[in-house]
Amino acid sequence: MTEQNPASIGAVAGDTATRDLTATPGQTVGPFYGYALPFPGDSELVPAGSAGAVQLHGVVYDGAGVPVPDSLLEIWQPDESGTISRATGSLRRDGFTFTGFGRAAVDPEGRFSFSTLNPGPTEAGKPAFISVVIFARGLLNRLFTRIYLPEDTEALAADPFLASLGPAERDRLIATREADGSLRFDIRLQGEDETPFLRFPGHGD
Amino acid sequence: MGAQKLSGPDDAAESQATLSAEIEEIEASHSAAVAAGKPAETQPRLDYPPYRSSLLRHPTKDPRHADPETIELLSPAFGHRDIGTLESDLTVQAGGEPIGERIRVTGRVLDGDGRPVAGQLVEIWQANAAGRYIHKRDQHPAPIDPNFTGVGRTLTGPDGSYSFTTIKPGPYPWKNHHNAWRPAHIHFSLFGSEFTQRMITQMYFPSDPLFALDPIYQSITDQKARDRLVATYDHDITEHEFLMGYNWDIVLTGSNRTWMEEEDHD
Repeated sequence: MTEQNPASIGAVAGDTATRDLTATPGQTVGPFYGYALPFPGDSELVPAGSAGAVQLHGVVYDGAGVPVPDSLLEIWQPDESGTISRATGSLRRDGFTFTGFGRAAVDPEGRFSFSTLNPGPTEAGKPAFISVVIFARGLLNRLFTRIYLPEDTEALAADPFLASLGPAERDRLIATREADGSLRFDIRLQGEDETPFLRFPGHGD
Repeated sequence: MGAQKLSGPDDAAESQATLSAEIEEIEASHSAAVAAGKPAETQPRLDYPPYRSSLLRHPTKDPRHADPETIELLSPAFGHRDIGTLESDLTVQAGGEPIGERIRVTGRVLDGDGRPVAGQLVEIWQANAAGRYIHKRDQHPAPIDPNFTGVGRTLTGPDGSYSFTTIKPGPYPWKNHHNAWRPAHIHFSLFGSEFTQRMITQMYFPSDPLFALDPIYQSITDQKARDRLVATYDHDITEHEFLMGYNWDIVLTGSNRTWMEEEDHD
């Protein structure tokens, strides 16, 4: 069946009756994203070294504990007050606007690093976290996870999602605050201490 | 390098026949499961041994069910300040005309309820007509085209539509096994109206003879699902004496936010 380009938004309801609305399958990012997806300032949600800037860093490992040198991470988060930015401009950062979105390709040793802000809770009493999506050569579809901040132990303890995990798994979703104030979060794609990955409603995989 | 072929750890000794047998076995077991009443798979398997690079890079534990929270129910916002106006035309980015078959790929980005995803970022990257990526890790001895980077970006229109003018990419060899070739494809990176819809995929061209042989395409074990990655040749998109036209619509996973909003309004 060849569909002509439906011309208007108004056609959506009628469209829906005949259209296949099963989600399009994902595929691996492959090895050659490096000249396409990274952009200048991609991992600097705020300029490194600016007031409030926090380094979020870690290593992506495979099932043999070997760093993955061809993986790409994206983060999406609120600012320190829990406000979700609706500002555009992530791809052409002006150094002042916090868009909440960042992208980082790992280095040859599997390391990633973002310069960002500590996210605040978006709802009172909820633990603050950074939403993460992971792509890699050899990984056939994206993976989602969350990086929770370690400080608000009360909110972490009260969170129903975290409570649904075993204690070890729960701990794997909580970043470590290092002595220099940075957040450390390693990602293990496979194995005993595998990072818990998330399935959201509507995901067919 | 001399004329003699060097051998090393990258040398892939396994034959296509070995790989094809594995692919066919998995496909047959999926078909049998569907025949026995299981739903057909719609996404690639993460654990798909014929794609050798996936062996140590797929999670072995089931993903944890999570209800999306506030941040996940929104997506980063992109606008015209993010993208140059010429970035959707990959044939005009360098000094001159790239070599190859000029094509247009156009379609719509929809969510799982059929709603257009408007004003969102679409990124593509691809090999040139000879099957060579600009990427420095691509060692395929095919020519680089100085007039083609193979990178494009655009924003979807109010109706979710996108359009790229580019060159039809060539197939290229890779090291999964001996004489392994990827079907021609364009990588697509997509954002929805919420972050849970974020996805990256590959668009293929109709009737590629390499489909049956390719473990990445075949990691989607159901034919109907695989077909969703194949563009349709559309003569109404083709332009007189200028380019060949392909249509490819993309459906993201269902939008949790729109459902919730609807419930709120009910």
